[in-house]
Amino acid sequence: MALLTEADIEALGLTLRLAATVTLLLLLLGLPLAWWLAHTRSPWRRPIAAVVALPLVLPPTVLGFYLLMLLGPDGVVGRALAALGLAALPFTFKGLVVASMLYSLPFVVQPLHNAFDAVGNRPLEVAATLRAGPLDRFFSVALPLAWPGVVTAAVLGFAHTVGEFGVVLMIGGNIPGQTRVLSMRIYDHVQAGEYHQANVLSLCLLAVSFAALLAMSLLRTRRSARD
Amino acid sequence: MTEPHAGTSHGLAAKLAWRRGALAFDIDLTLPPKGVTALFGPSGAGKSSCLRALAGIERDAIGRVSFGQTAWQDSAHRLFVPPHRRRIGYVFQEPSLFTHRSVAGNLDFGYRRAGRPSHLDRDGLIDRFGVRPLLQRRVDALSGGERQRVAMVRALLSDPALLMLDEPLSALDGAARADLLECLESLHGTLQVPMIYVSHNVDEVARLADHLVLLEAGHVVAQGALQDTLARLDLPPALGEALGAVIEGRVVSYDAHDQLIELDFPGGRLWLPYRHESVGQGLRCRIGARDVVLTRLPQTGTSALNQLPCRIIAVADADHPAQVLVQLDAGGCVLLARITRRSWHALGLAPGSEAWAQVKAVALGV
Repeated sequence: MALLTEADIEALGLTLRLAATVTLLLLLLGLPLAWWLAHTRSPWRRPIAAVVALPLVLPPTVLGFYLLMLLGPDGVVGRALAALGLAALPFTFKGLVVASMLYSLPFVVQPLHNAFDAVGNRPLEVAATLRAGPLDRFFSVALPLAWPGVVTAAVLGFAHTVGEFGVVLMIGGNIPGQTRVLSMRIYDHVQAGEYHQANVLSLCLLAVSFAALLAMSLLRTRRSARD
Repeated sequence: MTEPHAGTSHGLAAKLAWRRGALAFDIDLTLPPKGVTALFGPSGAGKSSCLRALAGIERDAIGRVSFGQTAWQDSAHRLFVPPHRRRIGYVFQEPSLFTHRSVAGNLDFGYRRAGRPSHLDRDGLIDRFGVRPLLQRRVDALSGGERQRVAMVRALLSDPALLMLDEPLSALDGAARADLLECLESLHGTLQVPMIYVSHNVDEVARLADHLVLLEAGHVVAQGALQDTLARLDLPPALGEALGAVIEGRVVSYDAHDQLIELDFPGGRLWLPYRHESVGQGLRCRIGARDVVLTRLPQTGTSALNQLPCRIIAVADADHPAQVLVQLDAGGCVLLARITRRSWHALGLAPGSEAWAQVKAVALGV
């Protein structure tokens, strides 16, 4: 018996592709958001921080359910998309990306927010007196100093997306090559009594998680040992 | 060294108001376009906050700030030039180097953004502050004094039109403090741009500053030339300990046996402990009001090495009811003596009388 069937490998590839896409997009979204949260004096800071943290405490199925309602053909977003001539999101890879981003948002934003808080205002004030403008200060001071936080955010976002199940079940379904990710595949195997296959895939997930954490620790120390 | 630039014929002028916690600030000051201005006052007077407001780092202040011909802030016209466009060099109280860069990387941060101006003598500054052996080092491997010297060079290399130093020595002790103070003293003579120096230490101020702004509880209580201001009789009690004369003279002789130097100044000659001055060099010296003893006649058989003839200008109540402050004219230099009211009456002196000021040489060692 082959260690992994073709369908298993497809699910593994899909999962990695999903996690990589989501991590990248979340970093692009999370960096400005975390920066804003760390530096704004706006009264909206707390409500928005709470909304960002919501997926931490919300059951994934609840999140998935509301997303399905929102993105479905009768939902507000679904109708808006249809009016723009765009395809519906539920049960597609894109839909899965959107749902996973929401689900993993706090795992990316919170480490970034903490890292920017830890950098503090002083290095930015110093940079300003040395003629660095706001964008310059972000890229040449804040981001390098917050680097360990960026690595943590990326690894947590990636690992968390790889392991999601409830949200996928609600909004993604189980379409081979489209939305059938590793955790769905493991569930299928268990349902079918194929415990050996489930075990092999679970080990794959375990290995991915372990590798991610190892990479995180290596990246953090290598950076701080530089120059 | 740094060259003067067009438009700096006037110095910094500011009229600002803001609140910080329980302290209400109301600042109105005009600084000369050259030399060192000390922002001086007791701890908690709001000196750092004031400097931050002038630099534009503290953005809550409302009012007007201009530097030379350039308006930096005019709240009525919604004008606010952010700090990175003000051409200021700022040294913070605690060393604030970038930990993700080497010493050289720190120095280059502002230098590169200023466009590596050719009129800046980068190598000269690095040598003057003794930073050359540190260039390739990591910042967290430096001592406190080394960090502050690097921060100083970093600020100078950003080609500032105005230098702002926020108690740069306060986190240092002993030798590191003395070293950096000496560097700053030597910078004073050659620096072409004005400097604002925040301090609560009157000895630092006496050695470095030309102009003095006295700050108490968020308000400017006095400003003017250093010598005149410190010898005023009407300063608030909180500044009592700072009162005294600052004299400027030239070292005329060195007694190697007794380890003393002799300072010639318009009011006469003073012996003081030798540090490592050389004969011929200019020297500033502070004579605290507490360290002056008044006599009617020159004394023999006294341990005080210095006796200066002087004339009494005025007398005023000191902060303690048992004491008075006597203002003296020694050859054109104003000295202050803090003596008891009882002694004042016993001496039978009055404004216009001739007297002698005795100054212990040991009180003049910094």
